[in-house]
Amino acid sequence: MDKKNQGKQKPLTGSFRTDGQPLELGEYEKTGGYEALRNALKSMSPKDVQEEVKASNLRGRGGAGFPTGQKWSFVPAAEGPLSRYVVANADEMEPGTFKDRILMENSPHMLIEGMALAAYAVGAQQAYIFLRGEYVRSSRVIAKALAQAYEKNYLGENIFGSGFSLQMHLHLSAGRYICGEETGLLNSLEGKRAIPRVKPPYPQVSGFMGRPTVVNNVETLCNVPHIIRNGAEWFKDLSLSEGGGTKLYGVSGRVKRPGAWELPMGTTIREILEEHAGGMLEGYRLRGLLPGGASTEFLLEEHLDMPMDFDSLQEAGSRMGTGTMVIMDDRTCPVGMQLSLQTFFARESCGWCTPCREGLPWVVHMLNAIEEGQGEMEDIDLLLEQARLLAPGHTFCALAPGAAEPLGSGVKYFREDFERHISEKRCPWGQNR
Amino acid sequence: MLDERELAEMEKELAHYENKKAGCIGALKAVQKLRGWISDECLKDIAQHLGMTPDELDNVATFYSSIFRRPVGRHVIFICDSVSCYVVGYRELLRHLSYRLQIKPGQTTADGRFTLLPAACLGVCEKAPAVMIDEDVHGGLEPPEKVDEILERYK
Ligand SMILES: Cc1cc2nc3c(=O)[nH]c(=O)nc-3n(C[C@H](O)[C@H](O)[C@H](O)COP(=O)(O)O)c2cc1C
Ligand code: SF4
Repeated sequence: MDKKNQGKQKPLTGSFRTDGQPLELGEYEKTGGYEALRNALKSMSPKDVQEEVKASNLRGRGGAGFPTGQKWSFVPAAEGPLSRYVVANADEMEPGTFKDRILMENSPHMLIEGMALAAYAVGAQQAYIFLRGEYVRSSRVIAKALAQAYEKNYLGENIFGSGFSLQMHLHLSAGRYICGEETGLLNSLEGKRAIPRVKPPYPQVSGFMGRPTVVNNVETLCNVPHIIRNGAEWFKDLSLSEGGGTKLYGVSGRVKRPGAWELPMGTTIREILEEHAGGMLEGYRLRGLLPGGASTEFLLEEHLDMPMDFDSLQEAGSRMGTGTMVIMDDRTCPVGMQLSLQTFFARESCGWCTPCREGLPWVVHMLNAIEEGQGEMEDIDLLLEQARLLAPGHTFCALAPGAAEPLGSGVKYFREDFERHISEKRCPWGQNR
Repeated sequence: MLDERELAEMEKELAHYENKKAGCIGALKAVQKLRGWISDECLKDIAQHLGMTPDELDNVATFYSSIFRRPVGRHVIFICDSVSCYVVGYRELLRHLSYRLQIKPGQTTADGRFTLLPAACLGVCEKAPAVMIDEDVHGGLEPPEKVDEILERYK
């Protein structure tokens, strides 16, 4: 396969300003911004837009990797004037993840254009950006960009004289990780507690206000203008893997240069970690990593040559998740780190399902005891039992299975460290303060 | 009673939603921004304005971590306790902050200046460990003493 584009082009981040300020509307237009929307409204049918995105192999960047074009095609064909919605999931609260913030702070119009194209493709006339409240800078940047887009009639009534109209709103959330789960998000957007809904029906059929709704991640939507402007083949060529495009990968933890980089989809973990993040800091050794945020299974040094893409990591028993990895170094206590992870999940559980509401606090309790030197050997198997009970199929949403991933894999890979805490009756790292 | 300004800020929020109820989170946040927190009395007033019962609104208000149903200090410090901060010095930062302010997470300083609360990942993992004070994020707080000078900016 001729992969001529790969590695050279960075459609998402290549046009960013170097001073960290957001691209102004004029600057965005100079880099080809809003051309895709103009062309689509002039010369493509909604179905054409869907087909192009389908052909590009764009897979959702929110964590699950669902094919975007396919998701859009589930929206029933428009009948009558009843409303449909597009929602950008900008809740970004997965621990270790900061990629959507970078996109929104630097190129807000890219998200707006992507949402407008998505709305055109599924016949939506209303769109919401569901933004976590803590992203104050993003909210200011987006609010300004929305005003500019309305002024130029890139949003509003009869865009480019095409007859297509779109209203776009910014919703600022008020905390809680579960708001990022797409059906919890929709309840929250309706002014309710963010309790996930039973699926089916899927949001594409019955979502916001019971109407067909597409929920997509910010990074997913940001790819859409580039696909429409440059074509599906170009997009596929950017990638080293099956799924098309580039990916905004990130690294945090004790590395030389924590940060995020746009690289071809399928770049190896080793390249991201060693070349881009500069490898481990002096005096620290890699022990493990969470490849795509808190709710992905631990990987070890032996996995470093795996390509970071949806299918490869699944084969290794983990998931790419958000593609932003968290590094566990040799000076971090694996029990303490697990305790931090599970405290997060226990606190953020919405409380609907028993294994999640009751199981997670129990897990936290046991981990606390082990970390304090008061654990028992049976606790280790109890933790694994909990990981099994939290797994898919036992709960309403994927929060609990997300908690089970680092739990099961962490206990499996670092079992000796758990045992040492118990037999020595203290944390060998002296971290139980 | 809600004053003119509070009503106006609330209405601005509600304009973005299909009905008043859908805008209730924005309405709570708008009033909280002006008052610091949402008292029972205030909750009742907002509920009435939105055509909801107080219980219905409280059901929503108590779900969200950044809607305060109890008094908070003049400034709220959210300390990120998620995994990326954990691996690079969250514990040291928490210990330092608790010592400096003489409070634990969930408490307010005696002079009413700061409330310290735990927060889920603030999304600045490349600059961990981090805190958010009011609307500002401060990262790279290692060693933890770096936060001292920052606290001085919040009176
Ligand atoms: C507990 C939980 C939290 C989630 N948080 C987010 C989030 O903050 N942002 C996001 O895009 N997706 C999040 N998701 C995934 C969404 O449910 C959904 O799959 C995604 O927004 C779909 O977008 P995509 O198809 O573009 O990936 C979360 C899922 C769960 C179970
Ligand atoms: S798995 Fe947890 S967060 Fe998800 S619906 Fe059940 S209780 Fe709520």
